Amino acid sequence: MSEPISFFSGFQVNDLVFLGEAAGRTLLISAVSITIGTIFGIFFGWSLQASKWLAQTTIGTILDIFRSVPLIIQLILFYNFFPIIGWNTGPFAAGAVVLSIYTAALVANVVRGGIEAVGIPMRRAARSLGMSYWQDLRYVVWPIGLRAVFPSWVGVALSVIKDSALVSVLGYMELLRASQILITRTQEPFIILACAGAFYFALSYPLSKYSQKLEESWTS
Amino acid sequence: MDYNFHWRPVFRQLPDLFEAGLLTLEVAILSMILGIMLGLILALLRMNGPRPLRWIANFWVELARNTPALFQLFFFGFGLGAFGLHLTPYLIVLLGLSFNNAGYLAENFRGGFLAVPDTQIRAARSLGMTASQTYIRIIIPQVLRIVYHPMTNQMVWAVLMSSLGMLVGFRELSGETQFFASKTYRIFEYFAVTAVIYYVIVKIILIGSKLAARRLFKY
Repeated sequence: MSEPISFFSGFQVNDLVFLGEAAGRTLLISAVSITIGTIFGIFFGWSLQASKWLAQTTIGTILDIFRSVPLIIQLILFYNFFPIIGWNTGPFAAGAVVLSIYTAALVANVVRGGIEAVGIPMRRAARSLGMSYWQDLRYVVWPIGLRAVFPSWVGVALSVIKDSALVSVLGYMELLRASQILITRTQEPFIILACAGAFYFALSYPLSKYSQKLEESWTS
Repeated sequence: MDYNFHWRPVFRQLPDLFEAGLLTLEVAILSMILGIMLGLILALLRMNGPRPLRWIANFWVELARNTPALFQLFFFGFGLGAFGLHLTPYLIVLLGLSFNNAGYLAENFRGGFLAVPDTQIRAARSLGMTASQTYIRIIIPQVLRIVYHPMTNQMVWAVLMSSLGMLVGFRELSGETQFFASKTYRIFEYFAVTAVIYYVIVKIILIGSKLAARRLFKY
């Protein structure tokens, strides 16, 4: 008289903790990549704008490739490339590097748009008031350009948070991979996916609405 | 660096990869067609549909835009499985991508519709056109022109997103690459070639769209 053996067990409170930790890892890798990617993206965007020819052919081409190849392919490619050049790395580091470059590629475009949004006459005026090139960038281009493209930057950041789900292919235990594992064990896909979806939604929806509001109030 | 690159097995498999690339294009194009139709309906419903339909349309658009595409694919894969509905990998990818495309395109279309002034509708109606004639002959052609560029971008996104098919067992370009790569352990080489194929597909789409735009919007 034995109980029928089951490989599956129901959804428990512990599993919510497991999902929560995974969500934390999603946030961690996104935050790291967005920060590093934005810093590089600003630099790339500025150099694309400042030196048309040289930067366009070098940085421009590379960033273009990163925008035209699926992120998942980039992740697998680099994860398998790093050991070749002798850098044995875990999924987090590899994922963060690739996501950062990907973010930088998107941010560079946004930044270039921002610098171009500041009219040439405005910048000439700044220079003829005796500002140096860097002062012009810091006190004229930055505040005006930032306003013009901040909403698109938020859009990039949100898409990076969503795309960070792809780091799961490297075995990084982020939210979607954790849910997949739980689904395999509990056979309750609906609840688990609803939890995961709700987390992304709760993160992304308010931010996108907020940036939309900002955009409206700045353009009017 | 003591790694020997072996490209030969990859090149031997190139015809299969190209074929898989065509499958990728097929899914992307079909999902765009479905996405454009659904996106138009969603955009119209959001602007002037009856209450409950408007809520559904809003929910669809916000869900598609605020969750990862991979989540949406999982939903069509595992999520519908909870209701005993088991789709083939092809359908999972096609429906998932169409759902996503429709959400993003609906927002673009809405922007396009808002950009066409109201007075044109009234002018068309007073010329004796019916409501549907007005939409088909006056409004939609102008909207298409406004959303042409975002639509091209979405098409590129559809191609890139279809690579997620790999994770739900669909053997399009990425899935096929994964399959061969795990058979031969030449992971880097296979994915490098696949990356090039994706790059070429994307460039072809962008150039094609530019040429088409030159013909379509000549005047």
